Amino acid sequence: MTYAAHPPATKPFRKRFADAAEPYLYSAPALILIVAVMLVPLVLGISYAFRDIQLLNPFSGGFIGLDHFRALGQDQAFFRALRNTLWWTGASVFLQFVFGLILALLLDKPFAGRGLAQALCFLPWAVPSFLAGLNWAWLFNPVIGPLPHWMYAFGILDAPNNILSDPQLAMWGPIIANVWWGIPFFAITLLAALQAIPRDLYEAASIDGAGPVQRFVSITLPFLAPTIAITILLRTVWISNFADLIVVMTNGGPADRTQIVASYIFTQAFKRLDFGYASAIALVLLVLLLVYSLLIVLLRQTLLNKD
Amino acid sequence: MRTRQLAFTVAHRLAILAYIVFALFPLFWLLKVSVTPNDLLYSEGVRMWPSRATLEHYTFVIAHSAFPTFFKNSLIVAGSTAVTVTILASLAGYALSRFRFRAKYWIVALMLITQMFPLVMLVAPIFKMLSPLGLTNSLTGLVIVYTAFNVPFATFLMQSFFDGIPKDLEEAAMIDGATQFIAFRQIILPLTLPGIAATLGFVFTAAWSELLFALMLISGNDAATFPVGLLTFVSKFSVDFGQMMAAGILALIPACLFFLLIQRYLVQGLTAGAVKG
Repeated sequence: MTYAAHPPATKPFRKRFADAAEPYLYSAPALILIVAVMLVPLVLGISYAFRDIQLLNPFSGGFIGLDHFRALGQDQAFFRALRNTLWWTGASVFLQFVFGLILALLLDKPFAGRGLAQALCFLPWAVPSFLAGLNWAWLFNPVIGPLPHWMYAFGILDAPNNILSDPQLAMWGPIIANVWWGIPFFAITLLAALQAIPRDLYEAASIDGAGPVQRFVSITLPFLAPTIAITILLRTVWISNFADLIVVMTNGGPADRTQIVASYIFTQAFKRLDFGYASAIALVLLVLLLVYSLLIVLLRQTLLNKD
Repeated sequence: MRTRQLAFTVAHRLAILAYIVFALFPLFWLLKVSVTPNDLLYSEGVRMWPSRATLEHYTFVIAHSAFPTFFKNSLIVAGSTAVTVTILASLAGYALSRFRFRAKYWIVALMLITQMFPLVMLVAPIFKMLSPLGLTNSLTGLVIVYTAFNVPFATFLMQSFFDGIPKDLEEAAMIDGATQFIAFRQIILPLTLPGIAATLGFVFTAAWSELLFALMLISGNDAATFPVGLLTFVSKFSVDFGQMMAAGILALIPACLFFLLIQRYLVQGLTAGAVKG
């Protein structure tokens, strides 16, 4: 190593330091806030999972090791909630995605009044979730809502009853409300991705004699794939954590048929005031979601590397 | 060939129409309940429109309830949150879009992981941290919490908007002697205005409707936001649905207006950057 080996054009140390620090300066305010208001409480919350924290019991607060997790292993209600979460998340994401994609494809075609149609179709997203829940609970109530009567008239129901109080059907209520509320998110992101596809690709494919189905499969889908992967990942995580609609519409009932893990945590924390146990359940949910996201990210990486 | 095309066009318009009806019908029902007089609420429960419509619920809510206070509080909280988040997210999103640096992937991973937190888990710790600072029962506390929750997604959103703007623009400015920050502020930011509008609107609607933390951090009417206020209609002796729905409709107006104005930019901005992730 000789001194002369340094390139003569090296910037002075201070300048180099400033250059290296620049991206950190841009992201520092956001990061500090996230660490202070999300990460620190999260660590605290994780510590609650190993402690006995009951809000109304002044003698609680001691460390109890893995007791909560042992109790969780025996808790049938938790496993039922886990199954319900799979059903709730799977059905909601799938239906939101399918209808969101159809809506995006419909809105991608230019027509008179498209701006207005787009604005109206996206409007449900602006409705506060608990207001949406309340409103759908009304719609499903045969005394004050029309839906049971319509479903009866179409032969979907045997009698105009409230599906929210039928154990077999209750989950469909929050799922339908969730689909109504969440389609716009998929439609917005997918429409944006659709409009970013170069139009001449379609023209070239048409000239080569490709039909509409073929064009969709070999141009549209590959272009949309990265967006689809990231949106489905985000939505799955959000929806499995999303208890508002269920808490408002059914409160987990009837007979725990609509209790998902997120609403079960809510019940444990705010009805039984057992924050320790609630945190233990939340920790399990967090780990499951992390594993799921890692799988999706890895899958996406292998798909991208293949091309 | 022409008839096939015509049939296709008709089917397309009908599908759009069907979707609009599906999207708007629940909102129409909200409106219908809010103008139904109390004595007809159940007897005409399933009619499309009550035989007598009234605005009495609206006048009651505006004149005799604490709703105007809730409304003002919500406006302050959602507005401040939207502005703060957009500033922080533009800075962070710019860093993620334009710089290659060692911690970048860690920052992205951290922000993705924050999206997975069950928020219920954070309520008690946040309450414990904020209360010695005097930030519970205050609008400032709510703004801080909402800002932190919304920054990660807004950062990804802003990053995708910045990704859509060619790099040569600020490179040219920097050759002319501007620092990167000046190039960012004077050249890139004005070009991202649609993206900024979209982020503002997105965060505003999210903060406008948040219920869990508003419920847990605020006690008493003075600092309550309107979702909490709506619940007070339920917890009284009887649930007054007419008034509640009238309050709900009033509360929808700002969120919907804001959203209608920005949804165009949301699509445009995301198109430019294409959410490639």
